[in-house]
Amino acid sequence: MNEALVVAIIVAIVTSATPILIAALGELVVEKSGVLNLGVEGMMLIGAVTGFIVSVTTGVPALGALGGMAAAAAASLIFAFLTLTLTANQVATGLALTIFGTGVSALAGASFVGITTPIFGPVFPASLSTDPIWRVLFGYSPIVYASFALTFAVWWFLKHSRAGLVLRAVGESDASAHSIGYPVLKVRYCAVLFGGAMAGLAGAYYSLVLTPMWAERLTAGRGWIAIALVVFASWRPGRLLLGAYLFGAVITLELQAKAAGWSLFAPEFLTSLPYLATILVLALISGRARTRSAAPACLGKPFRASA
Amino acid sequence: MILLNRRQVLLGGAALAATLAIGAPAFAQVKDRPVKAAFVYVGPIGDFGYSFAHDQGRKYLAEKLGDKVQTSYVENVAEGPDAERVIRQLAQDGNDIIFATSFGFMNPTLKVAKQFPNVKFEHATGYQTAPNMSAYNSRFYQGRAVLGTIAGMMSKSGKAGYVASFPIPEVVMGINAFTLAARKVNPKFETQVVWVNSWYDPAKEAQAASALFDQGADVITQHTDSPGPLQEAEKRGAIAFGQAWDMTNFAPKAHMTAIVDQWGPYYVSRVQAVMDGTWKRSDVWLGMKEGEVEMAPFNAAMPDNVKAAAQKIVDETKAGTFEIFTGPIKDQSGAEKIAAGTVVPDADLLKMDWYVEGVRN
Repeated sequence: MNEALVVAIIVAIVTSATPILIAALGELVVEKSGVLNLGVEGMMLIGAVTGFIVSVTTGVPALGALGGMAAAAAASLIFAFLTLTLTANQVATGLALTIFGTGVSALAGASFVGITTPIFGPVFPASLSTDPIWRVLFGYSPIVYASFALTFAVWWFLKHSRAGLVLRAVGESDASAHSIGYPVLKVRYCAVLFGGAMAGLAGAYYSLVLTPMWAERLTAGRGWIAIALVVFASWRPGRLLLGAYLFGAVITLELQAKAAGWSLFAPEFLTSLPYLATILVLALISGRARTRSAAPACLGKPFRASA
Repeated sequence: MILLNRRQVLLGGAALAATLAIGAPAFAQVKDRPVKAAFVYVGPIGDFGYSFAHDQGRKYLAEKLGDKVQTSYVENVAEGPDAERVIRQLAQDGNDIIFATSFGFMNPTLKVAKQFPNVKFEHATGYQTAPNMSAYNSRFYQGRAVLGTIAGMMSKSGKAGYVASFPIPEVVMGINAFTLAARKVNPKFETQVVWVNSWYDPAKEAQAASALFDQGADVITQHTDSPGPLQEAEKRGAIAFGQAWDMTNFAPKAHMTAIVDQWGPYYVSRVQAVMDGTWKRSDVWLGMKEGEVEMAPFNAAMPDNVKAAAQKIVDETKAGTFEIFTGPIKDQSGAEKIAAGTVVPDADLLKMDWYVEGVRN
C-alpha cells in the first residue's frame, strides 16, 4: 500500500465520518436534556435542501451552511412546541418530523433538481495540500474543522460549564431541577434548537460538500446512524468522536476493499460490515451495568410543571 | 363513511350492469373524452435518474397528445403489497391505461390486470403478460457499448471503475457490454466493479467512485441513479458518463456522454393505440433503432477519432449491423463462452449471470 493510497483512505474516512459526528453531537445534547428527538433524518434533509437553495441563490456556500442550520433549527422548534409545550409523545412526534422533513424537502427542492452549486471545499490554500501529508491536515471543508471544535465545545460545556450542569440536571431529574428553580422547558427548548441546527449542518454537508447537488432523500438514512451512534457512545462526546470515525473507517474500507478487488469476502458481507460493527459494539457496551445506566434518567418522558 | 340507501344501491347496480354490457367489446376506442393514463414510479421523480426519466416520458406524452390525454402519476411506490394497492386504486379511478415502471411491480400488476379486464396495463422490464397487460423494456446495454468504446480509447491506465447497484441480469448485461466494447479497442482493458447495494445513495456512490480512483481507475461508469460518481470524477479530473439522463450540468468536464432513456415515444404509441382501439398485448424490447436509447451530446473535449468511433457504434447499432453480444466471447476464466459468429439470444441476455473476460468483481 503506497503513501498516496493511505492518504486517500484517511481523507475518505474523515469525509464520511464528519456529517454523522455533527448530527450525533446535536442529538447527544438533546438527549442529555432528557428529550428524545427521532427527527434527525428529517431535519438533515431540511438542512440539506435549504443549504443548497441558499448556496445556489447567493453563490456563497458558507451562507448555505448557515441557512441549512437555521431552517433545521426552525423545524426542530415545531417538534419542541409539540413535545415540550403540548407534551405530545416524543417518539411519535420525532418520526413525524422525519416524514415531514422528507416531504417538505422534496417539495422545496423540486425546482432545484439537476443544477449544481459551488462546492464548499477546502478552506486552506491549495498550495498547502499538494503534499500528501499536508493534505491530511489541510485538505478539508471548514465544516470538518468545525466538527472537531464542536466536539470539544460540547464536551467542555457538558463537563465543565454551569449551564451544562443545569442541562444534565434537567435530563436526570426534571422534577428536582424544577423544584430548585431551573427553567426545565427553557433548557430543553435550547437543547432541541441546538440539535436541530447541528442536524441542519450535517445535512448541508451532504448537499454542499460531499455531493454538491440536491436530490430527494439525499442523506439516505444517515440520520438514523447518528441516533444509534449516541447510544453507541453511551452519551459521551469523546466516544462519539471515536464511534463516528470507526463507522467512517468501516464504510471507507468496505468500498476500498471492493475497489481493490478483494474477493475474500462476498460483497454483501462487506456491505453489512458497518451494521455488524454497530451491533457488536452495542452488544458489548450494553452488557456492562455502568453504561446501561448511562442514559439520562428522564429521556423521552414528558415534563409537566406542577405548582 | 358513505351511507347508501336502497335506491342508490339499485341505481349503482343498474350502472354496473350497463358498464358491463358496454365493456363487453374489449378495448373499444376512446374518442369522446381524453384518455386517462396513470404512471407508477418506484422512486421520487426528483432522483434525476430512472424515475425522473420515466416522468420525462410522461411529460412528452402530455405534450404530444395535448388535451387528448390526461396523465397522473404516483411516486415512491414500494415494490410489493403497497404497489398492488396503488395500482388497484388507479384502475378503480377510471384510468384507461396504467404504466407500472419497475421490475418489482410485475406480480401486483398482473394480479390487478386480471381483476380489471377493461383497463390496459403496461409493465416495464418484466416478463409476464396477460390479454390486457403488456411488457416493455429498453436495451440500455446498446448505450453501454458506446460508453465502453469511449472508455477503452480514452483511458490511460486501462482500468475502469463500475459503480453497480445489484447483481441482476440487467446490470450484469451492462457491465459485460461496457467491458466487451472497451476490450475491442484495448485488449488489456479491465473493469473493476464495486457493488453499493442501492439504486440511489449519492454519498455512497460518490465514495465508491472515489475508492475506485484511489485504486487506479481513470474512468468511471455507473448503474446507480445519482450524479454522485460524476461529481467525484469532475473533482479528480477523470472521465465518467451520465446515467438515464444527460447529466452534463453536474460535471461539464468529466461527462463524456450519457445513456438517455427516452420512454416518451413508446408512451405516445400506446396511448394512441388506446384512442384508436388498436391496443393489443405486446412484449417489446426496444433500443437505439426505435429511439428508446439515446446518447447525450458528446463532450466537446472528446478527441475526434473517439467521437467518430462512438458515433460508428451508434450508427451501426441503429442500422442493425452491430450487436455487442456477438461471439467469440470469453468468460472471466478465459474460456470461450460464446462461439464466433453466434449472437446471444434475447432470452439468454435476460438471464445473464456470468461475466466476460476483463471484469473484476
